[in-house]
Amino acid sequence: MKATAPGVSGGDIVGLRPEPALETNNHRSEEPTPAEARLLRGWGRTAPTTAHVVAPRGPDEVAALLGVFDARGQGAGPDGHTGRGGVIPRGLGRSYGDAAQSAGGVVVDTRNLGRIGQIDPESGDVEVDAGVSLDALLRVGLQSGWFIPVSPGTRQVTVGGAIAADVHGKNHHVDGSFASHVLSMRLVTPIGAFTLSPTRDPDLFWATMGAMGLTGVVTSLTLQMLPIETNQMLVDTERFSDLESVMEAMVVGDAGYRYSLAWVDTMARGARRGRAILTRGSHAKHADVERVSLKGPRTRSLSVPFVAPRGCVNRWSVRTFDEFWYRSASRHEVGEAQSLAAYFHPLDTVGHWNRLYGPRGFVQYHFCVPDNASASVVEVIERLAESRLTSFLAVLKRFGPGNPAPLSFPLAGWTLSFDLPVGSPSLPGVLDDLDGLVATAKGRVYFAKDARLSAHHMGLMYPRLDEFLQIKSRIDPKDQLTSDLARRLGLVGK
Amino acid sequence: MENAFGQPQNVVVFGGSSDIARAITKKLCAARAHTVILAGRNQALLDVAAIEAQEYGATKTDTVLFDAVEPANAARTVADAFEKVGDQIDLVVISVGLLGDQKADEDDAVAAARLITVNVTWPVAALAEIRRRLVAQGSGRILVMSSAAAIRIRPNAYLYSGAKAGLDQLCVGLAQSLEGTGVKLQLLRPAVVRTKMTVGVAEPPFTTGANEVAENVMRGLASNDLVIWSPPVLRYVFFLVRHLPTPIWRELADR
Repeated sequence: MKATAPGVSGGDIVGLRPEPALETNNHRSEEPTPAEARLLRGWGRTAPTTAHVVAPRGPDEVAALLGVFDARGQGAGPDGHTGRGGVIPRGLGRSYGDAAQSAGGVVVDTRNLGRIGQIDPESGDVEVDAGVSLDALLRVGLQSGWFIPVSPGTRQVTVGGAIAADVHGKNHHVDGSFASHVLSMRLVTPIGAFTLSPTRDPDLFWATMGAMGLTGVVTSLTLQMLPIETNQMLVDTERFSDLESVMEAMVVGDAGYRYSLAWVDTMARGARRGRAILTRGSHAKHADVERVSLKGPRTRSLSVPFVAPRGCVNRWSVRTFDEFWYRSASRHEVGEAQSLAAYFHPLDTVGHWNRLYGPRGFVQYHFCVPDNASASVVEVIERLAESRLTSFLAVLKRFGPGNPAPLSFPLAGWTLSFDLPVGSPSLPGVLDDLDGLVATAKGRVYFAKDARLSAHHMGLMYPRLDEFLQIKSRIDPKDQLTSDLARRLGLVGK
Repeated sequence: MENAFGQPQNVVVFGGSSDIARAITKKLCAARAHTVILAGRNQALLDVAAIEAQEYGATKTDTVLFDAVEPANAARTVADAFEKVGDQIDLVVISVGLLGDQKADEDDAVAAARLITVNVTWPVAALAEIRRRLVAQGSGRILVMSSAAAIRIRPNAYLYSGAKAGLDQLCVGLAQSLEGTGVKLQLLRPAVVRTKMTVGVAEPPFTTGANEVAENVMRGLASNDLVIWSPPVLRYVFFLVRHLPTPIWRELADR
């Protein structure tokens, strides 16, 4: 199957060279993959829209999908449906907002792309298909002593999604974001397929990192895994009664730990405002633990079975939880052994926890600001406490330097995130004001979590947008790749 | 696209020069709306409303002329307005209505029929076309102006409240039929609102200004509730009113 779309010659692009043909060792079928109209929403359960979902069984089918789409013109989907919906890939749907959906368009479900290659015993390199989840990769890797190089708050994301959001973990200050560990990737675009790396077509490689799928569909990638000796973490825990002291402790001590993260109580007011629990850890070595094991995390047994009634997450229930959480943490504990799952993915133990927020759903506000704007972090916490909004599970962390990607989220400094149930009439305005504060501090909001940012503030937060759009227009001259998020934020050319 | 709080970017308003519609449009523009198409029957009033929308932040406005006494134009009017947006439509407001004059209209076959045409037939015809287009688009929200009067018909205003009741109940069914399509329909049920349409009407309890209605609409869009009451307390008031024995209701309503 030819990867290049009809009517588009490779000569249109400058400095980028689409490869003429794709490997065709995947499952091939004469029948086209069926498209199904489905209502899609993000993890926050807000703003659902309907799209035609196709789950290609290999890279050739992905290319065919983009090719067919092109031949029929803007908006023509696999079943002849017309609209202005465009095409966007989707993995496990863990983006909180509208990044992996596209009203009236075609959504490429990558979960059938599921092969995991052999992990190189020397280098830790592994080739994986884009639809493989971090959970699956972790389980395979642990058997031979390899860990995923970046762990976001959940294992239930695909590696393709990890590129799309350029995810980060508790180790960003040491190891950078997911992009830092991707050695190469295959990207199918409307004009053909590319193999990309930091040295091969670096512009497109970096433009794809954090671009929420808007440069095409990643079909596979080579990732460098992290060697570990045990499945245990050695964790130091400290409690702080105010925000300033925990921030100081992080500035002073984070460099001594591979992983660091603080949980901040945003509901406490007065003297206890910004009280926090700081947990920092490193992988345990053979010598550190009595019984060496490389068993994977247990599969979860708890799940929220249905959407909770409105208002279950309220000031009272959250305060009670915060109080319990704060008091149950050790005042000061050094070298406590914890399992990987308990340390990295505590929320994964409860399936569908997003349903607790009820039918209206919730939003997460996740921003970062440069080091010189640490006062902004304090001000956000103050405003949040004053607003009397219900906010949950605020997580504070330090970022190391960012990377060359024009749309990647992390930049050296501070990052803070918290969840808020939809429903309070003042919530939209409070968050718009925080956007202004963050933009003024030259910080930004994370696309993977966003469901409500304005195009105006986005432009201030991502000043390299034009650079991104220029690269995008080379591989997507007809603006086929788009999503609800892209339309909302003006991330696609008009 | 609309955001997580139901705040739209591209808006079409039928009956766009009514006071309530203008108040809603202003609030939408102050939030995220940048493209606003206003449809109505008076070009001068539409132009004023369009300028107002720009003052509140709209970057693209346009107008469409139509008269709701002629349901045959509904599909074309919808098509015109949608094409002027030139993009996906996030919110369609139907604020088309005629209060009429009960005393004059109740014995006049032509006038009584016109009241039903403007308040029910035209909106229903337009909704058929709006529904078709939004379902194909896979997203969008429809806000239909009903009335608290639709919930219990007042004997001394049965033409208007009866017409709104017809539209209201039809829309309840339509809203439920849209489940799973990505399209939502919400009903606005305000009490009496001080507007040019109600000049001279005695102010019953719960009367509000148009701005208060618009504020309740903004909250309602975020809530996704089928019915947006204005003021919100009407939800409970009308739960009681609905169940009042008829003699008591007539006493209260005709006062």
